[in-house]
Amino acid sequence: MPKRNNNDMVISVVKSIKDKYDTSELEMIDMEKIEQTEPYNSTLPEKSLSIIKADDFSFYYGSKAGVKNISMEIYPFMVTAIIGPSGCGKSTFLRSINRINDLIPNIHVEGKLFVNNQDIYSRQINLVNLRQQVGMVFQKPNPFPKSIFDNVAYGPRLQGIKKRSVLQQTVEESLQSAALWDEVKDDLKKSALALSGGQQQRLCIARALSTRPKVLLMDEPCSALDPIATSKIEDLIETLKNDYTIVIVTHNMQQAARVSEMAAFFCLGELIEYDLTTKIFSNPSNKQTEDYVTGRFG
Amino acid sequence: MDNIKSEKILKPAVVFEQPLVLTFTQDVKGFLFRYIGSFLLFLFTFTSVFAVLLIFLFVTLEAFPFLTKFGITDFLTSTAWYPEAKDGAEFGAMAIIVGSIYVTAISLVFSVPVGVLASVFLSDIISFKIRGIVKPIIEILAAIPSVAYGFFAVLILAPWLQKNLGFSSGTNALNSSLLLSIMALPTIISVAEDSISASGRELREASYALGATRFETMFKVVIPAAHSGIIAGIVLGMMRAIGETMVVWMASGNAAQIPNPWWDLSQSIRTMTASIAGEMGETAKGSDHYRALFMIGLLLLVMTLMLNLVSEYFLTRARKSLGKV
Repeated sequence: MPKRNNNDMVISVVKSIKDKYDTSELEMIDMEKIEQTEPYNSTLPEKSLSIIKADDFSFYYGSKAGVKNISMEIYPFMVTAIIGPSGCGKSTFLRSINRINDLIPNIHVEGKLFVNNQDIYSRQINLVNLRQQVGMVFQKPNPFPKSIFDNVAYGPRLQGIKKRSVLQQTVEESLQSAALWDEVKDDLKKSALALSGGQQQRLCIARALSTRPKVLLMDEPCSALDPIATSKIEDLIETLKNDYTIVIVTHNMQQAARVSEMAAFFCLGELIEYDLTTKIFSNPSNKQTEDYVTGRFG
Repeated sequence: MDNIKSEKILKPAVVFEQPLVLTFTQDVKGFLFRYIGSFLLFLFTFTSVFAVLLIFLFVTLEAFPFLTKFGITDFLTSTAWYPEAKDGAEFGAMAIIVGSIYVTAISLVFSVPVGVLASVFLSDIISFKIRGIVKPIIEILAAIPSVAYGFFAVLILAPWLQKNLGFSSGTNALNSSLLLSIMALPTIISVAEDSISASGRELREASYALGATRFETMFKVVIPAAHSGIIAGIVLGMMRAIGETMVVWMASGNAAQIPNPWWDLSQSIRTMTASIAGEMGETAKGSDHYRALFMIGLLLLVMTLMLNLVSEYFLTRARKSLGKV
């Protein structure tokens, strides 16, 4: 290989990675090359390590496609951001990962969507187990009109846990992981609706963590929050990624740049570009992506 | 000073063709419309409020002489209702008060489970299209005149009960309770279904996302969240049942007695409403019997008013808990 400057090297590595996504070859990524690319300072995991994999996945509401022909892989213990203009299907895609979209009548899917190498749209899928292991946080904080304790204990109780001490411990751990424990530990019996918006959202995160999921889906978790609450949630995402795989949909490009390692740009239901976040924001290979991240469109 | 000021006023850059200040006639017209209009609207609104107050006043005035003459203790605690006895008429209304409460309570036993489950079914289980057909049909139940229900009770249900359950009389507590529960159903379903639907997709999604089944979501999240509206619906249905006259008059057997044993639904009973409707025609205006019937009416009015306040309380709470104050 002829000697190149660092910048060329980076581009060639990213291109080779991208080719691999596109052709879905099961070839190993040359890790040495990646380690040389200091600006990205990140090691892409091997292909086989992906936890979620979409294979030509399309989702239809009636006859209208919500997303079409998505092929991408999401890697464990990373934050993957999905960005794109309104109505581009990013939420649809996120909500298909735990099949919460099933609640909408007249939907159907084409292609395959794998979670942990299991096609989750096959008929034998145990939805209860899927949703307990692929947790979700919604756009609007949606605590149940119950006490804080009962909110977090809801998931474990559904699993059949009745012992007070076990529930107590799960609730405490979940609230601690969601950085809410110190604020509410003295009034767990208080109604969850009495909390502030940011606290409610962290409560919803704690509630999602209470079933010990492997993947956490976040559907614009900060869009209803003020900047201070938002920064708290972002800090939380930063710590949570050590234990969980996070997929976050966001409108806010700065947020995607701040919290994520990988970013996927969706437009009109299609996946336009999927790459390292740094690459997406500094040197996107697609013109549309560039226009979007630089604010010329969307 | 003036000079300086006038110099400072700049020539306007944009000319507004419509004057921004009201002319005198516009001002007066606006004033008149505002006050006369709102006074008229107030009058129309107040007519219904006034009607309620007048009815209350009328009933109270007619019943008042009874209270001063006989007192309230015997009226509430004695079961001896002999209003037309020649010497020493007795006005113990306890049996008919208990009768009213009895049929209402039994009808709730039938209508509450059916009503709540039907509203869950309507709001969450069947498709939107079918709901649009079924709900109006259920609401038509409320529009059927009660005398039609009475016909059904006397001509169809009563013989059926006699034949199949071996009751000595087909017009009894069970018959009237069943009819009352059917009449209370549309109210319960309508209000409860509204409240269950209004509890929102967000709550249901949160529950499903934690791995809950539809059954768990319904009974652990949605119904508890909508409980205020459901209770309000039940109380409104109860008001319907307690105030219903024609059906209980035709279908209850009209015997002023406290059911004994209390669980035996084949006994005849009589309600407050049926007593008033049945006896008012036979009384002389201003007689003791006449006043006693007004006393029953007053009690009924107070009872429904209380129920109304209770349902209002729960409806307000439902609206608050759903963030729609």
